[in-house]
Amino acid sequence: MNDVAICLFASTGFDKAAQGLAGAGRRFADELGGQLRAVVIGAGADTLALKVARLCDTVIVADQAELAEYQPETCLSALARLCADLSPRAVLLAGDTYSQEIAPRLAYRLGGSAVGDCLEVQVEGDALRVSRQVYGGKAQAVIELKRMPAVVWLRARSFAPAPARAEVGEVTRAALDIQADTRTRVVERKREEKGEARLEEARVIVSGGRGIGGPEPFETELQPLADLLGAQMAASRAACDAGWVPPTWQVGQTGKKVTPDLYLAIAITGASQHMAGISEAKTISAINTDPDAPIFKHCQFGIVEDYRKVVPLLREKLAALQK
Amino acid sequence: MNILVCLKQILDPEIPARDFRVDTARREAERGSANLVTSIFCENALETALQLRERAGSAKITLLSYGQPSSEDSLRKALAMKADAAALIVNDGNANPDPLTVARVLAAAIRKLGTFDLIMVGREAGDWGAGQTGGLIAEELGMPCVSFVDRIESEGGQLRLKRQTDTGWEVLEAEPPIVVTVTNDEHNLPRIPKVRDVMMSYRQPLTKWTLDDLGIEANEARAGNTYYQVAELFIPQKETRCKFVTGDTLDQKVESFAKRIVEVTSAL
Repeated sequence: MNDVAICLFASTGFDKAAQGLAGAGRRFADELGGQLRAVVIGAGADTLALKVARLCDTVIVADQAELAEYQPETCLSALARLCADLSPRAVLLAGDTYSQEIAPRLAYRLGGSAVGDCLEVQVEGDALRVSRQVYGGKAQAVIELKRMPAVVWLRARSFAPAPARAEVGEVTRAALDIQADTRTRVVERKREEKGEARLEEARVIVSGGRGIGGPEPFETELQPLADLLGAQMAASRAACDAGWVPPTWQVGQTGKKVTPDLYLAIAITGASQHMAGISEAKTISAINTDPDAPIFKHCQFGIVEDYRKVVPLLREKLAALQK
Repeated sequence: MNILVCLKQILDPEIPARDFRVDTARREAERGSANLVTSIFCENALETALQLRERAGSAKITLLSYGQPSSEDSLRKALAMKADAAALIVNDGNANPDPLTVARVLAAAIRKLGTFDLIMVGREAGDWGAGQTGGLIAEELGMPCVSFVDRIESEGGQLRLKRQTDTGWEVLEAEPPIVVTVTNDEHNLPRIPKVRDVMMSYRQPLTKWTLDDLGIEANEARAGNTYYQVAELFIPQKETRCKFVTGDTLDQKVESFAKRIVEVTSAL
């Protein structure tokens, strides 16, 4: 009853989020004095299970044909049954689209309470408490969950990975009789070309805001800079809403929550809703014409200049320094 | 087609951080001089519904809100955006009910309002951002749910939903009835209603219910905390001192900026 279950989608692989999820799960299970159990779902679950088994006490593989590709209703039913069988104290998920979509409904079916975008999980006596940002990142709340199990989706990349263990956890195949629920069916899946490496996994991010002024400079100025730095490109809500760049580039409360080692904000004012997406970045730096721009309150270093003057010169200097 | 759109009125999330205060004892944000506005994703949901109606030719759009009496203003503005009907459940209890309470109240009101092919909510509210209302309403009503939708087409009794994922997008086909949560993209920025239409909307009928009218455990809903409870609310004091690069010329400044970047990234 003190066990912790983590749910992983095979399609995302053993990325930084999956590693953070296992790390958070292990520490939490230790604190509760329970076991760490993993449920791995989807095509390729076998391969992922072998990696996860080095970190977990038991692993259940669910890769029946009906679950090979993510379909919301079928996947939810399967996870609800698998988690119910484990009767854990808590179920942890990462913060990806599918986990966010499923978590509240999973909690409902398990008779538990869900809470999301969690930055910290604490055990206080009998109570489970989680910390999360609210009011667009302006405030932080501690939420006490009233029902069991606690179903928590984490800003998983913010959590340290679990240490590998000597023993390898037991891997079993789920014996589930699954009916495909076809009330909803994914009929088309498209990955944005430029988002190939996921923004949430990026170690360096070059991001542009409203002050960039249009779609072209993203292409002609920021992209070459990102290429030099081996960085992923991102943008503020204003730039995405204007249609300058795809919505998948959006970072902030209403976009991606990223955790790079360096986040370079170019012509981004730093509204709190944007900062909510980068609060776990290791280093933040900015190029902005306004020394009083809120972004600088979160920067380790910055430059007060027009990005149009800075970026071309910066590319030259970086190229020279990298030689 | 019968469409229901849920709206939440919140404290304007665009107020600058320096003007934002919380009441740590009551675990609520202080109103201060901030306006009350409709949460943006709720408006994106309404805009998506309006565009669906325009393409489909006909559909009835009903609005529903559970909130303080002032939420009537959000519903009136939405009526002015040309929704067809509106209902308000007045919250006379906990100002910040937990997600399950909200879903139960809304689901009870939805049952009372009739049957709907499509129930739409924002992906999360701009204040507490729990992101659970849609999924929990779907469970209460026994319907499927698709999240992060930004466009809906109706095709011969079926719905085609485009939704955003971490890496791109997906298209789903769905049989009504269904619950969707809506996110923003450049195509569903909410239209601005005419001032005259907003004034006229105050003459339109608007259904008002109390929790007691819904046939639910009204006192449990008033307490609003059987799912979870906010134990603490505070403003984190985290300010970094930014080191601005210095130099007599732009060239010198950019030089030292580049050096700092290399320091940080080569340590990776």
